[in-house]
Amino acid sequence: MAEVLVLVDHADGRLRKATAELLTIARRLGEPSAVHIGPGADRAQVTLAKYGAHKVYVVDDADAAGFLVAPQAEILAALVEKVTPAAVIIPSNAAGKEIAARLAIKTSSGLITDAVDVRAGADGIETTQSVLAGSYTVTAKVTTGTPIIAVKPNSVPLEASPAPGVVEAFAVTVSDAAKAARVTDSQPKKATGRPELTEAAIVVSGGRGTGGDFSPVEEFADSLGAAVGASRAAVDAGWYPHAHQVGQTGKQVSPQLYVAAGISGAIQHRAGMQTSKTIIAINKDEEAPIFELVDFGVVGDLFSVLPQATAEVKKRKG
Amino acid sequence: MNIVVCVKHVPDAQSERTFRESDSTIDREGVDGLLSELDEYAVEEALKLVEAAGEGEVTVLTVGPAGAADAIKKALQMGAHAGIHVSDDAIHGSDAAATSLVLAEAVKKATGGSPELVLTGMASTDGVMGVVPAMLAERLGLPQVTFASELTIADGTVTIRRDGDTASETIVASLPALVSVTDQINEPRYPSFKGIMAAKKKPVEQWGLADLGIDPSLVGLDAAWTTVVSFAKRPPRAQGQIVTDGGDGGTQLAEFLAGQKFL
Ligand SMILES: Cc1cc2nc3c(=O)[nH]c(=O)nc-3n(C[C@H](O)[C@H](O)[C@H](O)COP(=O)(O)OP(=O)(O)OC[C@H]3O[C@@H](n4cnc5c(N)ncnc54)[C@H](O)[C@@H]3O)c2cc1C
Ligand SMILES: Cc1cc2nc3c(=O)[nH]c(=O)nc-3n(C[C@H](O)[C@H](O)[C@H](O)COP(=O)(O)OP(=O)(O)OC[C@H]3O[C@@H](n4cnc5c(N)ncnc54)[C@H](O)[C@@H]3O)c2cc1C
Repeated sequence: MAEVLVLVDHADGRLRKATAELLTIARRLGEPSAVHIGPGADRAQVTLAKYGAHKVYVVDDADAAGFLVAPQAEILAALVEKVTPAAVIIPSNAAGKEIAARLAIKTSSGLITDAVDVRAGADGIETTQSVLAGSYTVTAKVTTGTPIIAVKPNSVPLEASPAPGVVEAFAVTVSDAAKAARVTDSQPKKATGRPELTEAAIVVSGGRGTGGDFSPVEEFADSLGAAVGASRAAVDAGWYPHAHQVGQTGKQVSPQLYVAAGISGAIQHRAGMQTSKTIIAINKDEEAPIFELVDFGVVGDLFSVLPQATAEVKKRKG
Repeated sequence: MNIVVCVKHVPDAQSERTFRESDSTIDREGVDGLLSELDEYAVEEALKLVEAAGEGEVTVLTVGPAGAADAIKKALQMGAHAGIHVSDDAIHGSDAAATSLVLAEAVKKATGGSPELVLTGMASTDGVMGVVPAMLAERLGLPQVTFASELTIADGTVTIRRDGDTASETIVASLPALVSVTDQINEPRYPSFKGIMAAKKKPVEQWGLADLGIDPSLVGLDAAWTTVVSFAKRPPRAQGQIVTDGGDGGTQLAEFLAGQKFL
C-alpha cells in the first residue's frame, strides 16, 4: 500500500489533537507515515503509532525548527520525491496552509485547503469543503501531481488503530533561501487552562453585547469545559485577545456545540462558526440574524440567562 | 521604495454568491463585485510606508476579468499611484497555483525582475484559502513574512509583529520580501473627493498572457491542478426552538443541553 505523509502538528513533541485526526483520515488513503519536524519526536512517537503511523520520519534539525514555513516545505518536498506518497495531509491552519502552498509549487501538485472530509474515491481521492461562508458544500479533487490536502481540525472522530510507528531519521540540508525570514522574539500566550479554540468540543463566545464584561461568558464556558471565543467587535474594543476571535479573520471553529452570547451574527462571524454541529444563541434582540442559525435560542439578557444556565449546569453535573 | 500590492476583485459577500452550473466556477457576473475588503489593509499599509518615506510609488496589481478594473479603481482612489490589470479569457477558472504564476510574472514585468516589496492581504474573501502569498513568495524566491499586525521597514529590513496561536512573534527578513497583512494592522482610509478625481488620470496597464510570456495552456480551468467535482447549496439550517426569557431562560437552556446529551 502506498504511503500517505502526515505532517505532525506539535510543540516540542506535544501533539495537537489535529494530528491524530489527520492520521485517522490518512488511514483511509493508504499507510500513514508521520513526518515529525523539530525536537520531541520520542515523546510524540507513542501517540503517532497509536493512531496508525507505520513510520515516523524524524527531521530533528535546528534549521528546520527555528525558522518559519519555508524549511518545512523543503523537507516535505524531499520526502515526496523519496517515497512518492499517495497524498500529503497537512493541518489546515495558517502555517499548515502556507507549508502546503509552497509544497504545491515545488512539486507541481494540486492543493486543496480547508477540507472537512477526505475519502478514497473510486477514481482518486475526494475531498469535501464548506465554502462561501458555509453556504455551499463542494466536492473537489486534485488532478495533477501528489494530492496535497489541508484538513480542518474537528473534521473526523478520533479512532485509534495501533501500527508500528518505526522511527526513521531523515536528513535534509535546508537552503539558505528558506532561512531568509526568522523569528527574533516570541512571547508565549498566557495559558488559560481552557481547551484550545479550534480543538474544543464546545465553544462559548461573547460579543459587543457583553459590554466588556466577559465573566458570565467565561463562567458558563468553564461549567461546560469549553473554550472561550469572541466576535471582532469585542476584540476591536480590547475586551478579549485577538487570538480568541471567531470568524473570517479570526479562527474557524467547528465544535459539537457553539454558544453565541451578545453576538448579532454578521456574515464575517458566521464564516467562522457556521459548520458547528449544534448552535445556541442568547440575544436581547429577537430580530438578530444569529437566530436564523440556531438549534436553540433565548431572547433575553445574557447577564441573567448565562448565570442561571451556569448554575443549572453545575447542579445537573453534580 | 516602490511597492506592488496584489488586490483581488471578489463577489460582494453581502449578496447571494453562487457557482456557475456550466463549469462549477464562482459566478462573477451575476453579482456585484468589489475590492476584497482584506486587501484594503494592504493598500493602506503601502500608502503609509510611501508617505512616511517621502518617496516611492504604490502599484496595485490584479488578475481577473474585465470587472476587476473596479478593484484597481478603488485602490487608485485611496491613493495608489498606478494600476496593472492582467486579464485574459484563458485565465478563467484558474486555481491558486495558476493565479500565483500569473501574479509572479506580472510582478517581475512590473519591477524589471527585482521587486523591493510585495504586499498582499491575508486571504481573499471568496476563495479564502490564504495561500497565494506563500505561493507567490515561492515563485519569486522571496522570503515571506505573513499575517503582519504591525510592520516596519528600516535599513533594508522588514520587521513585523504577528499574533500567533500560541505566541506573539516578531519576524525579521531582509528586503526584497513579500508581506501579507491582517485587518489588525490599520484602518483603511476612504477615498476623498480629491482622490476620486485624481484616480481618473492615473495610469492603468492592461496586460494579457502574451505580454507576460505565459503559455495559455498553463492556466485556466483545464490546466488547473485541482477540480471541483460537484457543488451543492447547503440546506438552510432548520431553525430550532426560540424561547423568550421569562425568568427561566437559563434553566431552559440547560435543559436543552441535557436533552442533547451535552451534560
Ligand atoms: C473585513 C472584515 C472582516 C471581519 N472579520 C470578522 C471576524 O473574523 N469575526 C467577527 O466576529 N466579525 C468580523 N467582522 C465584523 C462583523 O462584520 C461584525 O461587525 C461583528 O461580528 C459584530 O460583532 P458583534 O456581533 O459582537 O456586535 P454587534 O453586531 O454590535 O451585535 C451585538 C449584539 O449583542 C446584542 N446584545 C446587546 N446587549 C445584550 C445583552 N445584554 N444580552 C444579550 N444580547 C445583547 C445585540 O442585540 C446585538 O445583536 C469583520 C468585518 C470586516 C469588514
Ligand atoms: C469557494 C472556492 C474554493 C476554492 N478552492 C480551491 C482549492 O481548493 N484549490 C485551489 O487551488 N483553488 C481553489 N479555488 C480557486 C482559488 O480561490 C483562486 O484561484 C484564487 O485566485 C486564489 O485563491 P484565493 O482567492 O483563495 O486567494 P488567497 O490565497 O486567499 O489570497 C490571498 C491574497 O493573495 C492576493 N490575491 C489572490 N488572488 C488574487 C488575484 N486574482 N489578483 C491579485 N491578487 C490576488 C490578494 O492580496 C489576497 O489577499 C477556490 C475558489 C473558490 C471561490
